Amino acid sequence: MFARRTASRIAAIIGGTAMLAATLAACGSASGSGSTTISLLAGGNDPVNTKFANDLATAFQKENPSITVKVETRPGGTDGDNLIKTRLSTGEMNDVFLYNSGSLFQALHPDSQLQPLTDEPWAKDLTDDFKKTVSTDKGLYGAPWGTTFDGGIMYNKKVYAKLGLSVPKTWDEFISNSEKIKAAGITPVIQSYGDTWTSQLFVLADFANISAQNPNWASDYTNNKAKYSNPPALAGFTHTREIFDKGLMNKDYASLTNVNALKMLATGKGAQYPMITSVIGNVVQSNPDQVNDIGYFAMPADSGDPHATVWAAFGAYIPKSTTDDKLAAAKKLVAFINSAKGCDIQNSVGTPAGPFATSACKVPDSAPALVKDELKYQDAKKTGLALEFLSPIKGPNLEKILIQVGSGISTDKEGAALYDQDVKAQAQQLGIKGW
Amino acid sequence: MSTANAATARRAADIVAQEPAARKRRPIKSFYPTWFFLPAIVLYVVFFVIPSFSSFYFSLTRWSLFDAQFIGFENFVQFFRDPQLYTSFIHTLIYAALTSGSKVILGFFLALLLTSPILGRGYLRAVIFFPVLLSTIGVGIMFKSLLDPFHGMVNAVLGFFGLPQPGWFTDPNLALYTIAGVDIWKGVGIATLIFMAGIVAIPNEYFEAARIDGASSWKTIRLITIPLSKGATATVIILSLIGGLRSFDIIWATTGGGPGFTSDVLASVIYKQYQAGFYGLSTAGNVVLFLLVTVIMVPLSYFLNRKPVEL
Repeated sequence: MFARRTASRIAAIIGGTAMLAATLAACGSASGSGSTTISLLAGGNDPVNTKFANDLATAFQKENPSITVKVETRPGGTDGDNLIKTRLSTGEMNDVFLYNSGSLFQALHPDSQLQPLTDEPWAKDLTDDFKKTVSTDKGLYGAPWGTTFDGGIMYNKKVYAKLGLSVPKTWDEFISNSEKIKAAGITPVIQSYGDTWTSQLFVLADFANISAQNPNWASDYTNNKAKYSNPPALAGFTHTREIFDKGLMNKDYASLTNVNALKMLATGKGAQYPMITSVIGNVVQSNPDQVNDIGYFAMPADSGDPHATVWAAFGAYIPKSTTDDKLAAAKKLVAFINSAKGCDIQNSVGTPAGPFATSACKVPDSAPALVKDELKYQDAKKTGLALEFLSPIKGPNLEKILIQVGSGISTDKEGAALYDQDVKAQAQQLGIKGW
Repeated sequence: MSTANAATARRAADIVAQEPAARKRRPIKSFYPTWFFLPAIVLYVVFFVIPSFSSFYFSLTRWSLFDAQFIGFENFVQFFRDPQLYTSFIHTLIYAALTSGSKVILGFFLALLLTSPILGRGYLRAVIFFPVLLSTIGVGIMFKSLLDPFHGMVNAVLGFFGLPQPGWFTDPNLALYTIAGVDIWKGVGIATLIFMAGIVAIPNEYFEAARIDGASSWKTIRLITIPLSKGATATVIILSLIGGLRSFDIIWATTGGGPGFTSDVLASVIYKQYQAGFYGLSTAGNVVLFLLVTVIMVPLSYFLNRKPVEL
């Protein structure tokens, strides 16, 4: 009796253990069968990013039948930043992930968290500017996806033609153009604080003008020497406030969203929109017939010699936690992004908003008109990288501070001083020397 | 003698109020062997005790999720130096006082209405309580679209009658109060429910006696209903004040603390610091918020629950 009970207990324990083992085995990768499964984390969860990741995975699997790619999406913005940092720090990161380059990339502690890709064959095709934005002193960590894009003023060419205006070079010309547009009953400058990030362009897109005047500004800024409270950097804050004071903005600036602002621009209800050109993809979706009515010019500078501020392409990265078979498969996928087929997907799903960061991909002739406007600055060598690619420090509250300035709640000088404090907090958090 | 009424009210929402009687120590005599409690203790330690203490530790570090560097009280110094802290602190107090006060007053009168014999009482009770059941984020998004200054239904109606159309969530002077209004709409149901439980528990004899003595209805309310639903009042004040002080979700869903920083409260400042990757700093902020809520609530709770009602 007793023995039988013991026997059945043992049987139960063995049975339970076997089931547990089977479950655990099922969780593990199906290695040994010759196929590998890797996961790809998309650059966001909006339609364009989701479709890009899905199309990329499908095309890649067609060429590599032994590799399965599982696509996962993620939130954009700061929520996405936190998700990526958490996954990296817990070793749970997807085998390939798509993320920003520049300061956000640097905040990931690439040397300890990412697989170096310096010796990959595609690395030689990259532009030098892009290499800088995905490298540390120890190596290169990312491949580009999507094009570079510019920040400045997107404008409606038809409105400009109708009113006989020419592209402004100085800030005074910009204001006088705007007054003429206002007199014609059209909104001169569109602002869309309903999406808070859009408030930053008068400051961020002015940076090429600052660095044209003072090439050391970015390093001075990183070393706690250059401040936004002083010229030339103060200009962006002053311009944000001046547009408000002179009544040159749309009435619904406080609630308008980016997508609706672009519709306003495309249809000619608004004439000028301080923006980054990567959003042109939304116009392709919402107003396909008017995409080519939209042009681009660099942020007008007090010097009269405006430079275009350039944002580098985003990067594709592999975390240190991916090894062996998966690493090999992940490297193949990263290389595939800038293969001929990968370039086609980038051009068909995403809308080119500027030149590519690698010579492997070419902008098609069907690219939106504003890309040609951007290339003019490129050809004239009147461009400069945005500050976020030259310095690791970007204060987190810039967008809110600029909304205060641009809604008349605080002055340009107050806003700039507040932002300098914000920058200080960020520099301390990053542990940068001299703060 | 009338403490029983108050006790009934408290039982209706037995969350914060503590009976002094329950504090009397009785010898612990358990029906179960100690190891029965182990699973619960393990869960409690892993998910509550360890995180609480580690948060006190991380509030003293500069934490990047990849590594944490011990910096003493620097986070607290920086938190108190934050230029938005002062205004957000004021906003928090205004918001908590406004929502809590309105919920007490509105909740009480709604409870009076809904405990009196009126037509469709069951339906009205349900309607008052429905907003409580909705997701806060959902409510936020709904009001954001209803109160949109240019395309919202509310302003369309106001415009139709030729009334001014304010920027409910976009006017810097109005945003915080609009959110408070939404919060009151959403939360008044629970206050009403607690008050109703308190009022229903008052023995009818008091009202009958008052009626025979010829007391006016205002006098009845002032001298019988209000003092005898004191337990319910204490519960509503405490619950809604704590809710107001740490309010975050409705603010984040509607304005995100904006425009600029004009509707920022402590919790949203802390969340933004977390978003920005200032993990140590935002943990320090949460410790400060915890202390603030404790400092306000412990004496208040003691004061409100101190003595039984005397008629």
